[in-house]
Amino acid sequence: MTSSIVARLDRRDGSAPPASLERLWAAGLVRRASERVDQAVERSLPVVPALQPLFPGGCLRRGSTVSLHGSTSVPGTGATSLLFAVLAAASAAGSWCAVVGLPRLGLVAAVEAGVAIERLALVPHPGPDWVDAVGALIDGLDIVAVGVPGRVAPRLATRITARARQRGAVLVVVGTWPGADVTLQITAATWHGLGAGVGRLRRREVEVVASGRGAATRLRRARLWLPGPSGSALPLTNNHVSLDEYRERVHQADARQRRAS
Amino acid sequence: MAVRTLMLWCPDWPVTAAGLIDGVDPYAPVAVLHANRVLACSAAARAEGVRRGLRKREAQARCPHLVVVEHDPDRDARAYEPVVAAVEALASGVEVVRPGVCAVAAKGPASYYGGEEQAAERLVEHVALHCGVVAQAGIADGPFAALLAARRGQIVPPGATAEFLAGMDISTLDRPELVDLLRRLGIRTLGDFAALPAGDVLARFGVDAAYAHRLAAGKDDRPLAVRSPPPDLVVTGEYDPPLDRVDTAAFAARALADRLQERLAAHGLAATRLGIEARTAAGEELYRVWRHDGLLDAAAVADRVRWQLDGWLTGSATRLRAHGGVFSDPDAPTRPDGLVVARPTAGIDRLRLIPDGLVRCSGMQPGLWGELGEADARAHRALHRVQGLLGPESVYTAVLSGGRGYAERVRLVPWGDERKAEGHDRPWPGRIPAPAPATVLAEPIPVVVCTTDGAFLHVDERLALSGTPATVRLARAADGTPGAPMTVTGWAGPWPVDERWWAPDEANQSVRLQLGVAEGPALLVAGRGDTWWLEAVYD
Repeated sequence: MTSSIVARLDRRDGSAPPASLERLWAAGLVRRASERVDQAVERSLPVVPALQPLFPGGCLRRGSTVSLHGSTSVPGTGATSLLFAVLAAASAAGSWCAVVGLPRLGLVAAVEAGVAIERLALVPHPGPDWVDAVGALIDGLDIVAVGVPGRVAPRLATRITARARQRGAVLVVVGTWPGADVTLQITAATWHGLGAGVGRLRRREVEVVASGRGAATRLRRARLWLPGPSGSALPLTNNHVSLDEYRERVHQADARQRRAS
Repeated sequence: MAVRTLMLWCPDWPVTAAGLIDGVDPYAPVAVLHANRVLACSAAARAEGVRRGLRKREAQARCPHLVVVEHDPDRDARAYEPVVAAVEALASGVEVVRPGVCAVAAKGPASYYGGEEQAAERLVEHVALHCGVVAQAGIADGPFAALLAARRGQIVPPGATAEFLAGMDISTLDRPELVDLLRRLGIRTLGDFAALPAGDVLARFGVDAAYAHRLAAGKDDRPLAVRSPPPDLVVTGEYDPPLDRVDTAAFAARALADRLQERLAAHGLAATRLGIEARTAAGEELYRVWRHDGLLDAAAVADRVRWQLDGWLTGSATRLRAHGGVFSDPDAPTRPDGLVVARPTAGIDRLRLIPDGLVRCSGMQPGLWGELGEADARAHRALHRVQGLLGPESVYTAVLSGGRGYAERVRLVPWGDERKAEGHDRPWPGRIPAPAPATVLAEPIPVVVCTTDGAFLHVDERLALSGTPATVRLARAADGTPGAPMTVTGWAGPWPVDERWWAPDEANQSVRLQLGVAEGPALLVAGRGDTWWLEAVYD
């Protein structure tokens, strides 16, 4: 019954659907077969707009594994900020997150990035039992981030990945992870705002490349402010002038004027 | 008719309580102060001339080596609890008048111990023996007269209370305004006051004075407000043969938990913390307190028993100890034998569930708007499970707190403890504005910052830098050798910090610099003179 209605709605000839269907349509009870609402919508967690172009479907698919890498050209840059940006939207929307094995997190930066700190659990020193701890967290939390101690054996990685897929949790790994669904790699990072003895660090322009398996095979590239002037990740557009920068320009103009007079 | 009342009075109770709980020597001159006035003092202090109501300075002038303790009503009550328990062991129906003073109806103990005098002696001796507390007993008709009798250690014969009271000073009524007024009217003793006609007292001075008039006449017919002893809520299960598998122990714990639940429900209570104590046949004991944000139900209790025993039997306890972790809960009472074992050597023959943090249970209701929804409950369970695996001090949640440095702006509290954010929303002049560094080092790492001419960068008292920072390197890299120098591409600062200069041990006077580095992420370094250390990395 439903399928026939949907089929008739999707008629190519563009003729109007019958009046009764019109009502159902208006009530949102039927929809076109062509506008496929992906199952993934319920099975996914939101990400901040700046990172949406990097993920297939613009969201974190539940059960997937995301691996984060800092910049290669400037070693060790950006992976932690990227982690906060990945957690931010889901955490703010009510998901529980845990971070395992990263004892040096700057949690003020996490708050500025938009992570709800009251729903963030930290296991800074899991010790040799980290696999059990991660397993237990995957059972109950939406996002589990792991700082991997050294190399992980592919067998072990497969086991943890399978558990995350089964439980519908997102596993975010800071470091290399065999068989990650999405791998985010920072390719360039430049800080703005710091001069020779003047100014201060204001924001960082980064370029992130996403690669992966399945739907994420195609390389995606995005440029963003990570962190932006207030600490949260913002998409970067070419003619972007932030309020902050605007204020700075006004301030400089004022100063010039004062000096002139 | 006034009830024969046996009053037990511990002299200078606030001093005794300070001695029992804080370890103050009660035989030294001690004074307990409230609002800068002496509230109570020890006998030694009294001998030196310290009196109730003196100012602190005055008291110290009279007795220069006076030990001063701040008044703490909680401490007084807490210290008095064992005394009440000791009295309750001999006589039923105890009224705690205030910490330090309790009353029982004299009739029962008097007939049981063969006389009022014997009963009083017996109680005083029992309290002295079990609590190490000096007490005085007094018996009279009605609590008011009994307290005055106790102060004198006197037993007033039945019916003689009015005469006993007649000679007392009017100030014993403990109503300063009324006493002041009566004094000015020339009434100086309770006997004088009692001689006034009751109707006139009521008409002239009001209801409270009429009640005081009855007290003065020895007609104190207020019944004792007897406290009900706290119910015994601990449930214990003994197992023979001992349980040697975790799943059977968890199954047994489930039955125990049901019993605990029933017992708590019968008293209308619910527990927010639960102590689980397991004893093996060889006498080893494992005790741990579990916290719970919601209220514990039978399944949750069984789960916790399983996790606790799991950790114990699989030997993660040994690892915990190797890491210096605390295995049993630090707030838990230490076991009599002080035994913390790494691994059991025999099966478990006794399980005890000790409920703690009791709250009135007014019917459990899940939150209407999902205060503790399904997802939250699931997350809580998972985090408790991790605590079971790794120990209670392994899972943290972060709380914002006040401060200027990034390390002090966040405080980690163990999962399950109270989250109390404070001070983070106050203005902290000198704080570095957003964005914050993503990596903050708990222990700063020493770095060497050099200027363009190769000298160490120095900052003087006037916050002038000795040159332009050109390179920065770790003083000691991972392998012990000096780190490779990195070129500074941009820098900002120095921003001074001068914190807690009033406390020499915690004082922090330094400056902060932001350094942009060509070969790595931007750095936040702090320093004083020419020593610098890395505080955070803009990772």
